[in-house]
Amino acid sequence: MAKEYSFYPGCSSQEAASSSNYLKSVQSMCDVLDIKLNVIPDWNCCSASIGYCGGGELPRLALSARNIALSEQHNAGQDIVATCAACWLATKETQERLDHDAGLMAETNEALAEAGLKLKNETKIRHMVEVLIEDIGYEEMGKHVKKPLDGIKIAGYVGCQTNRPFGIEGESFENPKYLDKFIETMGAEPVEKYDKKVSCCGGALAFSEPEKSQALIKDIIEAAYDGGADMIVTPCPVCQMNVEVYQDKINAKYGTKFHIPVTYYSTLMSVAYGKNGKESGLNGQIIKAEKLEAIAGK
Amino acid sequence: MSDINTGMVEKYRNNFLKEVEANVEEGDWVKMCMQCGVCSGSCPMGPYWDHPPQELFMMIRAGKRDEVLTSTSMWMCTSCYNCIVRCPRELPITHIMHGLAHYATRLGIEPKGQPTRQFAQLFWDNLAKNGRVNELWLGVNLYFMNGLVEGIKVAMGMAGIGFGMLKAGRLSLKELVGGHTVKDKKGFKAMIKKAQELEAARIDNAQ
Ligand code: SF4
Ligand code: SF4
Ligand code: SF4
Ligand code: SF4
Repeated sequence: MAKEYSFYPGCSSQEAASSSNYLKSVQSMCDVLDIKLNVIPDWNCCSASIGYCGGGELPRLALSARNIALSEQHNAGQDIVATCAACWLATKETQERLDHDAGLMAETNEALAEAGLKLKNETKIRHMVEVLIEDIGYEEMGKHVKKPLDGIKIAGYVGCQTNRPFGIEGESFENPKYLDKFIETMGAEPVEKYDKKVSCCGGALAFSEPEKSQALIKDIIEAAYDGGADMIVTPCPVCQMNVEVYQDKINAKYGTKFHIPVTYYSTLMSVAYGKNGKESGLNGQIIKAEKLEAIAGK
Repeated sequence: MSDINTGMVEKYRNNFLKEVEANVEEGDWVKMCMQCGVCSGSCPMGPYWDHPPQELFMMIRAGKRDEVLTSTSMWMCTSCYNCIVRCPRELPITHIMHGLAHYATRLGIEPKGQPTRQFAQLFWDNLAKNGRVNELWLGVNLYFMNGLVEGIKVAMGMAGIGFGMLKAGRLSLKELVGGHTVKDKKGFKAMIKKAQELEAARIDNAQ
């Protein structure tokens, strides 16, 4: 029987948004693993880590609280699963803060009442990679591989928010291994000692402080090349976008020759599970993942 | 100076630490800082901060109210959480940075031209209006926030990226006119309004 989850896609995974290709590959991957994602009806944006200028603490807590309350009402008993690190983090932080502060919890429910909602705050908030590791397991993930990703060397870029402050159970902040294990399980080779694995790419500041952020991104890409990588893989839509789309600008500024594809773990899995390029979201690449395309086209 | 700012100055006189504790998100943690400097050393944009977190905390205790609240520093936080996981006293530094930035905005004394301040405000306005973020609208506004001439220059510089995303189906022109929203806009807006009122009342009471 399919495992069911209450799914929070977040703004960046909406149709025709910046990580719509992530969603595509996640759907293909879940299809193979018999995971059923029930979208939280009428979910709203969580304001990530950048809503704080106009939004005070309580309005921001109310945002995530509304999503949890909707989930508790419509998808009762199901864990919430997010694919975006920022969504996962904001929702989990809200749950924790409200759990520890009865005053804020009461005020949040007063605000939610205006939308006809009530928060119990009893739902587990999880990232998709937690579902894969804890509910599916590496062994089962490996069983479905039809086309091993032989001969591809991949730098697993974990980034910040899937790693800190919560991180994945049993992993360290300095050197989490799960992404490397995903890569191996799909038959590809992870870059050992990728020393920018958990470095910051600038996050939302890639928009507002482009030069400072691009300096950070440059180091992340350089370290991947140093490790002999053919491509980079991440679990976070913001990381994916930042590391992929600014390569031309970085080349122009620093005289580098970067041209390295950046995909999601779910892209790898979808291709290894035998899905075609479109089903794996490969048409969403700005820098084409040619080695994956070759395998998907076989 | 805005009224609320003057009111706060009068109320707390020389005790800025107390003002922060009462009004800034997670502000009651500031006094726990032991000035070890680990946070400042972990900050990816640290070299660009006038006052890294450790210094801001020292300045709060020293009552340097204007210097702290008008600083651009906390607006350069990327929310990478390096500091939080390394702080020996477990201060929620990231949240205090966001809290200080928001409090300065509430008082109307934040550094208005700071680019992340502008982006963060656009992000919030976009979200508060529709319940979901419209990336194209956000981008267009962002490029033009420094005026038309500068905006065209930035937009031209970014055009390659926008075009690439458009081609790859990751950016939608439809969004400019309709785009992504929640269905229950009325309830959503009423919820935000209520939350804002409750929070304002709490802070006014502290005044
Ligand atoms: S991560 Fe960003 S874009 Fe996605 S839902 Fe949260 S705030 Fe909106
Ligand atoms: S986008 Fe960058 S800053 Fe955000 S989580 Fe990913 S690595 Fe960290
Ligand atoms: S790491 Fe913690 S204790 Fe050390 S200076 Fe920073 S906030 Fe203070
Ligand atoms: S979370 Fe903010 S303050 Fe902390 S290290 Fe990262 S950028 Fe610096």
